[in-house]
Amino acid sequence: MALSRRNFLKGAAAGSAAAACAAATTTPADARENQTLPPKAVGLLYDSTLCVGCKACVVACRDANDTKPEFSTDEKIWDTALDISGKTITVIKMYSEGTGQHKDQEKDGFAFMKRSCLHCVDPSCVSVCPVSAMTKDPVTGIVSHEPADCIGCRYCIVACPFAVPQFEFDKPFPKLLKCQLCKQRLAVGKIPACAEVCPTGATLFGPVTALKEEAARRTGTPAGQPTNYPRKVVDSTDVHERPNAKYVQHTYGATEMGGTQMLLLSGVPFEKMGYPTLREKSYAAEAETIQDGIYGGFVAPVALFAGLLYMAHKNTKNHDEEE
Amino acid sequence: MSKASPLGGPYITKTTVITAILTAIMGALLLYRLVFGLGAVTNLSNGYGFGLWIAYDVFISTAFACGGYSMAILVYIFNKGEFHPLVRPALLASAFGYSLGGMSIMFDIGRYWNAWHLFLPAWANTTSIMLEVACCIGAYCCVLWVEFAPVIAAKWGTPKIQKMLTKTAFIPIAVGCLLPTMHQSSLGSLLIPAGYLVHPLWQTNVLPLLALSSAICMGYSIVIFEGSLVAEAYNRPSEAPMLGKISRIISWLLIFYLVVRWGNLIYANKLGLVLTSGKYSAFFIIENVLFLLPIILLASQRTRFNPQILFIAAVSMLLAGALYRLDLVLIAYGREGWHYFPSIGEILITVGFVALEILGYIVCVRLFPVLSSHHPASGSDSHSVRRAPSVAATTNK
Repeated sequence: MALSRRNFLKGAAAGSAAAACAAATTTPADARENQTLPPKAVGLLYDSTLCVGCKACVVACRDANDTKPEFSTDEKIWDTALDISGKTITVIKMYSEGTGQHKDQEKDGFAFMKRSCLHCVDPSCVSVCPVSAMTKDPVTGIVSHEPADCIGCRYCIVACPFAVPQFEFDKPFPKLLKCQLCKQRLAVGKIPACAEVCPTGATLFGPVTALKEEAARRTGTPAGQPTNYPRKVVDSTDVHERPNAKYVQHTYGATEMGGTQMLLLSGVPFEKMGYPTLREKSYAAEAETIQDGIYGGFVAPVALFAGLLYMAHKNTKNHDEEE
Repeated sequence: MSKASPLGGPYITKTTVITAILTAIMGALLLYRLVFGLGAVTNLSNGYGFGLWIAYDVFISTAFACGGYSMAILVYIFNKGEFHPLVRPALLASAFGYSLGGMSIMFDIGRYWNAWHLFLPAWANTTSIMLEVACCIGAYCCVLWVEFAPVIAAKWGTPKIQKMLTKTAFIPIAVGCLLPTMHQSSLGSLLIPAGYLVHPLWQTNVLPLLALSSAICMGYSIVIFEGSLVAEAYNRPSEAPMLGKISRIISWLLIFYLVVRWGNLIYANKLGLVLTSGKYSAFFIIENVLFLLPIILLASQRTRFNPQILFIAAVSMLLAGALYRLDLVLIAYGREGWHYFPSIGEILITVGFVALEILGYIVCVRLFPVLSSHHPASGSDSHSVRRAPSVAATTNK
């Protein structure tokens, strides 16, 4: 039998219509919404305007998580990690523009910015990991990584909007490194090392809801007004007073990708500090909605398979008879 | 129907020696990678988690290997028995393409000793597109060799085994039509979680549909490509009459692909980006010209059955599909401050896998009854270019 265009189109149209329906099943009714903040979610509030760039947090992090200093200069005198890496969980980076004279100013200014995992409310890395090596704690919301489970496929690296998971490419038996909010310290009643040692309260630990209120208080206070700033934890009695900074009127992490548990405040726009402008709907929700539209309950693949089985059986029989 | 027979002939030729050398180089480099780590051989970084091996060996190579899948759909699902002679060579190429793609993943993943976690429910993360792709490709590698088993059994099997394999063949055939539908579409979805990191000209929710339709097109194109090369290399009669008919399918699928792709751009209000995205515009336009070219070349009856034009159209389609995947995974993917270009080691390893595939294919067609000694299907013989019949007859034996 000749391959007629009509027959082929019939089949192609049916197949593609089914596929198109599956791909287009993104109606709001069965769309996977963003995950919501766990009830006892904890996190960090990093206020760039308070940070003096002392890097005590970087040293404390190495101590708490047993990582070795990283060098980028020939003389290995200072710990000079340029960014987070397979050896470094957090760094403080510096923004500088023009004459670089004025702190927290976009033009002719400078500012500091912390880099570490933001502990997304709806993390892509957890959604994409094929072997459940990335997990989000249902109570605290901490995004953890378990090396014993990891196969090193690096899909989390590809998917993370913030370039957080870091792989040891230089080792034959590599591991992945990321901030786990010092969960081993939290388990024994301590707080994350970076918040513990921060002398100005630039890095503050606490429940995410309280951190959000604290962030709103700061951005809502007029610049220059004397304000109290707690150290270590958000409800601390250890406070210091100074004039309120001129903030960008946005808490980074309040909405980005459905929210993050590390929140950022800054005097310099976030996109200048390496934090991209992101929408509210998480990519994890987007991708899972599409995959669920196609594979939901495995109905479509099973139906397709049944059809294929029937046709293949019928047609191989015909071929046998021909031969 | 004509029977397939082993091609026979010498195993040591210029082609087999060169491919064997390239394979040996790859083996040495892979050993080096295992001892000194991924960083010693590749330019992978924490900004580019996927490199050439994922882009070529997984995305492109498995799409090139869709010939078996595409032909199985045509012959066994749409019941076009006349194309039966093209199934075996297509299946063989697919079996090699997929197996080597699967093998290269084992060297690409950093913690390969944990790879078995992929296949056990205890570790499964059902939201992971990677999990679906990995399980599907793993299973399909096995299915392909089962589908090919009757060919091996025809040489070494007992009549009882041969009969049993023939009777139950419809099961692996059906599975072999289901699995690529799933993982070829999911390979497209794989980049959706990367969101803004993939340029908006490529990032879209219809990625699974685009990836699947272009993969099926690549499957038919590789059948035309290989059919043409085998006819040329082994002095066999041109299969242009049969291949020309298959090319019709490519045209219609390609029109579907382009309508979905451009319709989606219009719908998402991204049409302006086609011209305003700098180097991305260039890649996008080259890609689309390559997709469009086969439709134009195959539009008329006269050109469709011309072996040369058919070959050019197939090559254009293969390049289009390959570039589309390369763009999606590497070129349109990017983070500020990061760059990636494959290292010599990465390239040599990928070349080695391709060489091993060619070497394996040659050995198999010489050893097993893969290629059919049929004459071109009737209907459009007047358009076909035939080799001298005497030459064809002697090489077929």
